[in-house]
Amino acid sequence: MQLSYYLILAAILFSIGIYGVITRKNGILVLMSIELMLNAVTLNLVAFAQFNQSPEGLAFALFVITIAAAEIGVGLGLVLLITRNLKSPNIDKLDQLKG
Amino acid sequence: MQYSQILYSASRILEESHEKVGGEEHHEVGKQIAKLTDQGPWMLNHAWLIFVIPAISYFLILFFGKRLPKKGHEIGLVSMASVSLMAIVLAFQWITRAEEFEGKVFGQTFTWWRNGDLQLGVGTHVDGLAVMMVVVVAIISTLVHIYSIEYLRGDIRYTHYFAALSLFTASMMMLVLSNNTLQLLVGWELVGLCSFMLIGHWWEDKNNSNAALKAFFTTRVGDVGLLTGVIMTFFIVERATGTGSFNILDVNNAALSGTVGHTLLFVTAFALLIGIIGKSGQFPLHTWLPDAMAGPTPVSALIHAATMVVAGVYLGARVYPVFWEGFNIGETALNPMVLIGGITILVGAALAFVQDDIKKVLAYSTISQLGFMVMGLGAGAWTAAIFHLFTHAMFKALLFLGSGSVAHSGSHHSFDMKKDMGGLRKHMPVTFWTFMIGTAALAGIFPLAGFWSKDEILANAGKGGYETFMVLGFIGAFMTAAYMTRCVYLTFFGEYRGHHKPHESNKLITVPLIILAVLSATVGFLNAVPFHIEKFKEWVEPKGAFPFENLVAEGGAYIKHAPFSVTKAIIATIIALSGIGIAYLFYWKKIGLIGLTEKNKAAKAIHTLLVNKLYLDVLYTDIIVGATKKSLANACYWVNQNIIDGVVNMTGKLTASLGNFSYKYLDQKGIDGIVNGLGSTSQASGSGLRLLQSGKIQKYAAFLFMGVIALGFIAVFVNKG
Repeated sequence: MQLSYYLILAAILFSIGIYGVITRKNGILVLMSIELMLNAVTLNLVAFAQFNQSPEGLAFALFVITIAAAEIGVGLGLVLLITRNLKSPNIDKLDQLKG
Repeated sequence: MQYSQILYSASRILEESHEKVGGEEHHEVGKQIAKLTDQGPWMLNHAWLIFVIPAISYFLILFFGKRLPKKGHEIGLVSMASVSLMAIVLAFQWITRAEEFEGKVFGQTFTWWRNGDLQLGVGTHVDGLAVMMVVVVAIISTLVHIYSIEYLRGDIRYTHYFAALSLFTASMMMLVLSNNTLQLLVGWELVGLCSFMLIGHWWEDKNNSNAALKAFFTTRVGDVGLLTGVIMTFFIVERATGTGSFNILDVNNAALSGTVGHTLLFVTAFALLIGIIGKSGQFPLHTWLPDAMAGPTPVSALIHAATMVVAGVYLGARVYPVFWEGFNIGETALNPMVLIGGITILVGAALAFVQDDIKKVLAYSTISQLGFMVMGLGAGAWTAAIFHLFTHAMFKALLFLGSGSVAHSGSHHSFDMKKDMGGLRKHMPVTFWTFMIGTAALAGIFPLAGFWSKDEILANAGKGGYETFMVLGFIGAFMTAAYMTRCVYLTFFGEYRGHHKPHESNKLITVPLIILAVLSATVGFLNAVPFHIEKFKEWVEPKGAFPFENLVAEGGAYIKHAPFSVTKAIIATIIALSGIGIAYLFYWKKIGLIGLTEKNKAAKAIHTLLVNKLYLDVLYTDIIVGATKKSLANACYWVNQNIIDGVVNMTGKLTASLGNFSYKYLDQKGIDGIVNGLGSTSQASGSGLRLLQSGKIQKYAAFLFMGVIALGFIAVFVNKG
C-alpha cells in the first residue's frame, strides 16, 4: 500500500468534515463533523508513523483520541445547554453577537 | 529561599579582626563594636515570633472571626496573651544578662534579595531599646484589647476592629524589631494604614472619614522625608564602607565612623526629622493628631498616644548617631531637632487650654509630651527621652482609657467636657482616682512616673548648652499642670451637666485602668537617678549599638547623664504645683483671671488664635491647597490674558489675518478635512465590515477554513518557488 492512499482518504474525510461543520445546523451533527476531521488527522498521523517507522506519530494519535474524547464531552454539554435554552439544537440561532 | 542564621558578613569580618588585633583596625570602617549574633537566649533569637503571631491572628480574625461565638476577640486575646508572655520572657532574658550582652545585638536575618555584595534582608534586631518598646507595646495593646471588649460591645464592625488591632500590633512590633531602615519603613507605613483604618472605624460619619484621610495624608507629607532619609542611609553606609546597606547597625556605625561627609549626614538627619515631624505630631504637622481622636477611644490610647505616634521618637533613637553627627548635637546649642521639639511643647500645651473635647485636650497634651521627647533627643538626652517615652506611654494610655470610661458610662458617648460632663467624681470613683493618678503623673508630681522622666530631660537639657530649651521645658511643664487641672475640673468637679445617669464602668474597663494607674505610679522608679537606680542606663542604653561610651575615652561627646539636681527638681515641682494652683484658683475659687478674655483685648486675641488652632489648618487647607487650587489658577489665567494675549496683539493685524487665513483654509479645510476624512473613512469601513460580523458561528468557521486554505496555498507555492 502506498502512503498517498491514506492521505487521500484522510483528505476526503477532512473535506466531508469541513462541509458538515459549515452547512449542518444541528449542533450534534456539527460535533460529529468535527469528530470526522479529527479522525482524518489521526489517520494522517498513523499513516506517517507507519511510513517513517517512528513511534512518535502513534503517540500523537493516542493524544488526539484522548483530547477528542474530552472535547466531545464539553461539546455535548454545550449543545445540551443550547438545546435547553433555545428549545432547539440548531446553532444558527446563536447570533446574539451580530454586529 | 535561604534562611541565613548567620552574622552579617561585615560584622563577622570585623569580629575576626577584633580578635586578631584587639580592635585597633576599627578606625578604618568606624568604631564598630556592635555585632549581630544569634548566639543568645532563645527568645532573643526568635523575636520574630512576636510580630508573626499577631499577623497570623489578623488573618484568622478577618476570615473566621464572624463565625466564632465571641466574634473574633478571643483570637485577639489569645494572640495578645502569647505576645505579652513572649515580651516578658524577652525582657527577662535581656535584663538578667544585660551586662554580659554589652555590645551585642541579637537577631536573625533572612536575605530576600542579593546582588553581588548588596543584600536586602528582613530580620530582627534585639537590643535594649527594642526590648523596651516591645514591652510597652505588649502591655498597652493587651490592656486595650481587654478594654475594647466592653467599649465596643455590639459594634457593627466589632470583628474588623479586633482584626485591625492585631494588624496594628504586628506592624508596630515589626517596626520596633526591624533590623534595617527599609523594613522599618514598611512597618511605619503599616501602622499608618492601621491608624487610618481605625480612625475611620465609624466612617458613616463624614467627619470621621475626613479625619482618617487627614491623618493619612498629613503623615504622608512627613513620609516623603522619611523615604528620602531611608534611601540616604543606604548611601551613608556606601560612603563609609563601599557597600551600601540599609542595616541599622551599619548605618549607625557608618555615621559615627567619621568617614562620611557632614553635609550628607545633615541632609539625611533632616529628611528623617521630617518623617518624625509627620508621625510624631511635631509642629507644624501636628494638626492631624487631634482630629485622629475621631476613632474609638481605645484606639486613641493605643495608637495615638502610647505607641504609634512615638514611632517617630523611636526612629530618632534608633538611628541616633545619624542625628548626633548630622546635627552636631554634642557641640551646638541649637539644632533643628531640639528646636522643633521645643516649639511643639509650647504649641501643644497652649492649644490644650482651649479645647472643650476631653480627648482633644489629651491629644494636644500628647503632642506637647512628644515635643519633650524630641527635644530630649535633640539635646543629647537619649536615655531621658526614651525613659519619658516609656513613662508617657503608661500614663497617657491611662488618661485616654479614663476619658473613654467617662464617655462610655458617664456622658454617653460625648466627649464634650463643658456640655456633658462635670461632677463625675462621685459617680465614677475608680475612673476618677485612676484619672487623677494619670494627671499627677503627667503634671510631674513627685513620686509619679512623669516627675522622673520629665525632670531628667530638663536636667540633661540644662547641662549641655541647651539651657534655653530647659526654660521652654519648664514653661511647658507649668502649662501641662494647669491645663490638666482644668480638664480634671471640668470633667470630675462641679455639677453634672449631662442628661443621663452616670455610673461606674464595669470591670473590663476599670481593671485595665487600675493596672495602668499602678504602672504610672511606679515605673518612674526604674530610673530614679537620685536613688542611684538607673535601670534604663543599664538595660536600655545601646552600649553596643552606638559606641558612645567609646567616644568618651577619646575625648568625644557622649549620651548625657546629668547628675540629679535637687534645685531643678524642686523648681520643677514648684512649677507644676503652681500650675495646678493657679488653675485651681481660676476654676474652683473663680479668682483672678475670670472674664479676662472679655475684658482684655490681647487675651481675647490670643484666645481666638488658640481656638483656631493657630490657623494652621487654615494655612494648610485654604492657603496652601487653596493657593494651588485658586490663586495659582488665577495667576495662570492672568498671565494668559495679559501677557500671552498681549504678545499676540502686539504682533499686529498681519498675524491676525494670517491666523484668520490659516484658520479658514488650512485648519478648517485642510487639517479638519483630513481629520474628518479619517473619521468618515473609518465609519464607512466600519459599517462595511460590520456586515461580516453576522453572529453565525458557521460563517465564521467558513471564513476560518478559507483563510487556512489561502495560507496553505501560499505555503505550498512559496516552498516550491
